[in-house]
Amino acid sequence: MSIPARLVQILVTLLALSCVFYLLLGLMPGDPIDLALTLDPRLTPADVERLRALHGLDRPLWARYLAWAGAVLRGDFGYSRLFAQPVFALVGPALWSSLQLLGAALGLAVLVGVGLGMLAALRPRLSPLVQGLAAIAQAMPGFWLGILLIILFAVTLGMLPAGGVAEAGEPGWRFLVLPVATLGFGHMAAYARHALSAMRGAMTDPWIRSARARGASEGRIALAHALPNAAVPLITLLGLDAGALVSGAVITETLFARPGMGKLIFDAVMGNDYNLALVALLLVAGVTMLGNLAADLAQRALDPRLA
Amino acid sequence: MRAPILAFATLLAATPAMAQQRETLTIGITQYPSTLHPNIENMAAKSYVLGFARRPLTAYAPDWSLVCLQCETLPTIENGLAVRETTPDGRPGLRLTYRLREGLRWGDGTPMTAEDLLFAWQAGRDESTGFGAAEFYRSAYEMRVIDPRTIEMRLDKVTFDFASMGDFQPLPAHLERAVWQADPRNYRTRTLYDTAPTNPGLWSGPYRVSAVQPGSGITLVRNDAWSGQAPAFREIRVRTVENTTALEAQLLSGQLDMIAGELGLPVEQAAALERRARGRFRVEYRPGLIYEHVDTNLDNPILADRRVRQALMYSLDRARIVAQLFDGRQTVANSNVNPLDQMADPAVRQYPYDLARATALLEEAGWRPGPDGIRRNEAGQRLTLDLMTTAGNRSREQVQQVMAAMWRQAGIEARIRNEPPRVFFAETLSRRRHQGLAMYAWISAPESVPRSSLHSDEIPTAARNFSGQNYPGFRNAEMDRLLEQLPITLSPEARRPLWSRLQAIYAEELPSLPLYFRQDAHVWPQWLDGVRPTGHLNPSSLWAEEWRAR
Repeated sequence: MSIPARLVQILVTLLALSCVFYLLLGLMPGDPIDLALTLDPRLTPADVERLRALHGLDRPLWARYLAWAGAVLRGDFGYSRLFAQPVFALVGPALWSSLQLLGAALGLAVLVGVGLGMLAALRPRLSPLVQGLAAIAQAMPGFWLGILLIILFAVTLGMLPAGGVAEAGEPGWRFLVLPVATLGFGHMAAYARHALSAMRGAMTDPWIRSARARGASEGRIALAHALPNAAVPLITLLGLDAGALVSGAVITETLFARPGMGKLIFDAVMGNDYNLALVALLLVAGVTMLGNLAADLAQRALDPRLA
Repeated sequence: MRAPILAFATLLAATPAMAQQRETLTIGITQYPSTLHPNIENMAAKSYVLGFARRPLTAYAPDWSLVCLQCETLPTIENGLAVRETTPDGRPGLRLTYRLREGLRWGDGTPMTAEDLLFAWQAGRDESTGFGAAEFYRSAYEMRVIDPRTIEMRLDKVTFDFASMGDFQPLPAHLERAVWQADPRNYRTRTLYDTAPTNPGLWSGPYRVSAVQPGSGITLVRNDAWSGQAPAFREIRVRTVENTTALEAQLLSGQLDMIAGELGLPVEQAAALERRARGRFRVEYRPGLIYEHVDTNLDNPILADRRVRQALMYSLDRARIVAQLFDGRQTVANSNVNPLDQMADPAVRQYPYDLARATALLEEAGWRPGPDGIRRNEAGQRLTLDLMTTAGNRSREQVQQVMAAMWRQAGIEARIRNEPPRVFFAETLSRRRHQGLAMYAWISAPESVPRSSLHSDEIPTAARNFSGQNYPGFRNAEMDRLLEQLPITLSPEARRPLWSRLQAIYAEELPSLPLYFRQDAHVWPQWLDGVRPTGHLNPSSLWAEEWRAR
């Protein structure tokens, strides 16, 4: 499928998803006024009716969806009910925070994971060690690892902050170290395993023997010949992880009290904030699809047979 | 030699930071306010943060007495500032006069006047503004400016708590009136409190908002226009950390100076922290008005039998629950009225743990032990009840497990069925879809008449848009009369017997099973003085100018 056709496909999918998300959110139990009712004993039946009309909740779901879609086409994404701010004023900073956290964690995971995978493939005696480390990384719950890191580096040694975000004048990177380590350690396992498996396969291919026969060094063979061929499955994995870059990491964000997309989406869904939840979910879906498209294009560039 | 050098270096690094910390106070709370507008939505986090930056007209003080914050004198019939009169439609009403304190100014230097109160009333009275509960604005049918500091309002009813203005407070008319007039319907989203919260003119307390990080924190700095006692701290940072483990970690790592009791650590976590931290922090436990209880559903034929409800109470060892799960730091409840409330009746019926009595009541009600230990009635129906609460609330889930085990001893099976708070409150409870028992908490003000949770008119039904909070579906003609009579009985002495009777009916009929009144755990650094926890809806931050670093 051509690139323009894929882009059209993405747009149509997003349109369909917006409808599905809106209906699902609308069908979830309780609406904002139901929540307000339990909080405020003074609300009378007349208050409820007035507030439902004020929030447009007295209209059928499909009419609300059409009104929302019409406003979006005019560039009005609405207000967040939870934070009393325009939706994009909230999504922007949360997205930036998630990109910083997950981008750094993913970068760390790819670098360390692929490096370890390659090392294990080139030095088979190290393979059990790397596989054992990958198994530990995959099995260790992020929440638990995060708490351990906080206790050691923030509470006991006092070297790094336990969470939150930098105040004006404070170095932001210090607040990223522990959450990035927590998240990156878990992600690293998948890259290490895939890199090990792909490199092992690539190192037994005939052209590697040819390269050795030509006298190429082991380093050159690994980096210039084996790695580009082993990279195809890794790029697929990276493409899938691209969606996670914007969907955030709700557990890590909660544990380290870091505002991000994961926490924002969770709060928006649980707090009945339709506008915010919809825009955030569509953003995640859109970036995931674009990430997949980019991964496909990269794979085709690396392996023309896939084109 | 290495150790002293290291210690010296650490000291060098720490000294300026510690000095700085005395200028600033960083507070951790577990919730972020959804809006900073004082009159829109009720939320504990908003009350706490705004306590630093603005003051309501009246509030309940830490000793639970009603006091003036922005006004000079509380109106009473005796001082002539409250006058009984008849409304235009012939009902008994009141005329109240409030005079603002001298020297009140908004943060931009503009004097606070009666016009600001008039504007707040006008905006609230316009239904399209959407201020939530409109009860006060409906009742206050007229407001007049007498002079720049005095207003006169007329209420269409006479209630004993008439002097309490609740959430009603001045709004800066010089800034907000134009925004409201431009589009009353969208005022909720256009208000400067949310679009430009750092505008000094919005704030009138000892501090004003200087920075907002949505979802994570609000920073406040001294308000130079404040005419009261000068606050000690240059800056107050309120940080939201929803997870209490993370909140505790940030406190221990020194990122937070204190954790507010109003929205902080559960009491058992605070007690554990106190033991571990060994004198690093001061923990003060303040008994409060948060009432943990279990609502019954009286439409369930099993629970409709009062003997079963009483047996449920007798078979619960609440004293042991409090001792073992909460370090003994909650107050066992005997009714819905807190023992600290001036209207609490110490002679109210109590339910000490008494398994024999519970068994006798169940036998009398026709429930006999079955082969598996669970009781059955003559028709063979098992004595099984759903027991619901908010999923993810660790304290409640622990209590729930213990309760289920205790009831099993009496042959009652509790089937645990928890739901996320959103579903539990907004759908199950508000539509009375709980089939058996539902555990949650109420928070109230001192001497708060529980009309919405006990009057038969307040049973949520589709016909009344599911408003009202009488989730058990309790109907009692005498209780209804008491709930109607109490608010209009002005003399405290005359109210006392009514309150006693209310508590007696509650304890006898048990529409809800009283568990305990929660305590707030306030965690302060050793160097902080002057914080006065209240235990009710008005937070300690309303007296933040008294906070001092030792």
